[in-house]
Amino acid sequence: MQAFDLLWLIPALPLAGAAINGALAYRKAAKALVTAVALGAPLGSLLVAVACIGQYLGGGHWPQAVERISYAWTTGALSIHVAFLLDPLAAVMLFIVTFVGFLIHVYSVGYMGHDEGYARYFAYLNLFMAAMLTLVLGNNYLVMFVGWEGVGLCSYLLIGFYYDQEFPPYAGKKAFVVNRIGDFAFLIGMFALIARFGTLDFVPIFHRLAAQPALGTASYAGGLSFAAFVGLCFFIGAMGKSAQIPLYVWLPDAMAGPTPVSALIHAATMVTAGVYMAVRTNLIYQLTPGVSLFVAVIGTATALLAATIGMAQNDIKKVLAYSTVSQLGYMFLAVGVGAYSAALFHVLTHAFFKALLFLGSGSVIHAMGGEQDMQKMGGLKRHLPITYRTFLAGSLALAGIPVFAGFFSKDEILAAAAASGMPLHWLFWGVGWITAGLTAFYMFRAVYLTFDGKFRGTPEQEHHLHESPPVMTVPLVILAVGAVVAGWIEIPLLRGTDWFHRFLAPLLAGVQGAAPAERELGLGTEVVLILLSVGLAVAGILLARSIYGGDGGAERGLAFEERFPALHRLLANKWYVDELYDAIVVRPLHGLSWVFYRVVDTLVVDGSVRAGAAVTRAGGDLGSLTTTGNVRNYALYFFVGVIVLFWWLVR
Amino acid sequence: MSAGPAVPILWYLALAAALFAIGTIGALTRRNGISIFLSIELMLNAANLALIAYSRQLDQRTGQILVFFVLAVAAAEAAVGLALFIAVYRQRRTIDINRINLMRH
Repeated sequence: MQAFDLLWLIPALPLAGAAINGALAYRKAAKALVTAVALGAPLGSLLVAVACIGQYLGGGHWPQAVERISYAWTTGALSIHVAFLLDPLAAVMLFIVTFVGFLIHVYSVGYMGHDEGYARYFAYLNLFMAAMLTLVLGNNYLVMFVGWEGVGLCSYLLIGFYYDQEFPPYAGKKAFVVNRIGDFAFLIGMFALIARFGTLDFVPIFHRLAAQPALGTASYAGGLSFAAFVGLCFFIGAMGKSAQIPLYVWLPDAMAGPTPVSALIHAATMVTAGVYMAVRTNLIYQLTPGVSLFVAVIGTATALLAATIGMAQNDIKKVLAYSTVSQLGYMFLAVGVGAYSAALFHVLTHAFFKALLFLGSGSVIHAMGGEQDMQKMGGLKRHLPITYRTFLAGSLALAGIPVFAGFFSKDEILAAAAASGMPLHWLFWGVGWITAGLTAFYMFRAVYLTFDGKFRGTPEQEHHLHESPPVMTVPLVILAVGAVVAGWIEIPLLRGTDWFHRFLAPLLAGVQGAAPAERELGLGTEVVLILLSVGLAVAGILLARSIYGGDGGAERGLAFEERFPALHRLLANKWYVDELYDAIVVRPLHGLSWVFYRVVDTLVVDGSVRAGAAVTRAGGDLGSLTTTGNVRNYALYFFVGVIVLFWWLVR
Repeated sequence: MSAGPAVPILWYLALAAALFAIGTIGALTRRNGISIFLSIELMLNAANLALIAYSRQLDQRTGQILVFFVLAVAAAEAAVGLALFIAVYRQRRTIDINRINLMRH
């Protein structure tokens, strides 16, 4: 038997775990049982996934895709199977999701240990795993879409997990609604694919497109080619899920959920689904340079905008949230310039260090008794040494300091942007470069405010400070190791060490002549670019240290921010984008809803129903006047009736 | 058939129509239940007369058979109707139909 025959178990196990814990949530079940189910399901998935990936790598299957049909579903001429696929791309995502996901489950046992909704939390978390694994393993867009919607649902449930507070349910609703906008475009793209190819399976679609690029470049709708139309629709879908301008606004608010959720869903896995989908669909993007350029512009703009906002946030989770949006922007920059393997590489390294950073912030928040404001922290490195060291490793990785994972992937994206030869490619590099500097600055601002200097909270909080239990720190340490070494599978400058790229290469072979041939930068140029970006990152860290480091760091920081009051207010208020959307989208929609409620529903719909009732009632009242109960009147009616009938018959 | 000039059918029909009109007016205007009842009998017999007249004129026996049926049903109806009136009278001490309007409720 081949391990691949068990592919379906990978999403099925967490699904079963979700069902069991969902049932247990209604009873006061033993916590040990809930924990066993909650950890057993993702652990099983991880083991099966590792077995499958091992067999895939060792069994001589690379670079072919392995498919297993679990359920054949045919309606009319259209057959779409519930089928799972393992290829290099799916293998990478599968590893990220099961590995990071399992670690975050373990961490959650500690973090959520005292929560009332323990079983409910793990039911949602397992359900999320099931949906996310369906998303990455599906062999066609429909199965992917099922997972896509599933993770959206779980995201909504988990953001609004603390449903007894006011803000979290609102944030969950916002995430769900904003995602729906993208999902709608995704659906349209799928319909276009069905109309043209009669199937949604990846392999036949891309096979035919690669053989006949004219299918993609032919004019389709609204002056767009088919590839441009589908690519644009899918990218709008990805904008929602992966938080790009203009649909990124839900992600920072998603931090209302429990912190491990932020780590798993809103940093490491779900938000990368859009990148995964774009890389999966890379053939279509290769056929449409225009849309690719658009993707790159949006990605770059998102990276810069989110980084600037991140500099002025005081909530530690908000800083990380905006940094996630910013890093997702980098990934889409990579997709836009055609560096698909670099995009996925950044997904991989980002999953490690961002999950690490979120879990680290969770450990801090746990120690602070729920406090998230960095202005009230400080000096925590003495009390939380493990958290501090791992958080530092994650920050160095995010800042792009060599040896740490983030350096390799970010550098590859910037190099690819510079080498792409697209219009504006030096602008992409330049903005990406500046953003890297901003990233280093805001990350170390957070590090110094949180861990350095003197403690600024209340004495009770200080008395309460403690390092988290091993169930939380062990995942931190493992992720920290990942945040250091995950980048070593693709080392720049040394030719022949681009293992990751070669592993994915069969998927990215593309169309002859459609995509610009990948250009190599000269070795000298590449060295200069690396020195520039590392230099800027170090400068950002040193600047953050000079302002926020040491004992009076927080006060110095406030004074520094006071020197640019207008700019600081603008950034702290997130460029007023939420207010803008409120003014141009939310309020008009509210107004329109009010009109529909008051005028269309109350007046027209209810009015017509009520009018019908009133007319019937009046008619009945009128008719009942004839019902005198007097037999003689009835006889008269009868007589008149006969006369009329007689007249009518003989006339 | 009998000798002598036959009475023209028009006369029979005119008589039947007159009887029917009298019966109708009686049924619609009288207040006493028994009188209404009698008026209805009058209308039935007007119809019988017309039937017989046509039966003779057209030399068809069906009309006469129908009349027997009408008579039989009218007799049964009279029995039931009178029984009802007696029952109503016992209840309400009157058979003035203006004061019997149970059908309104």
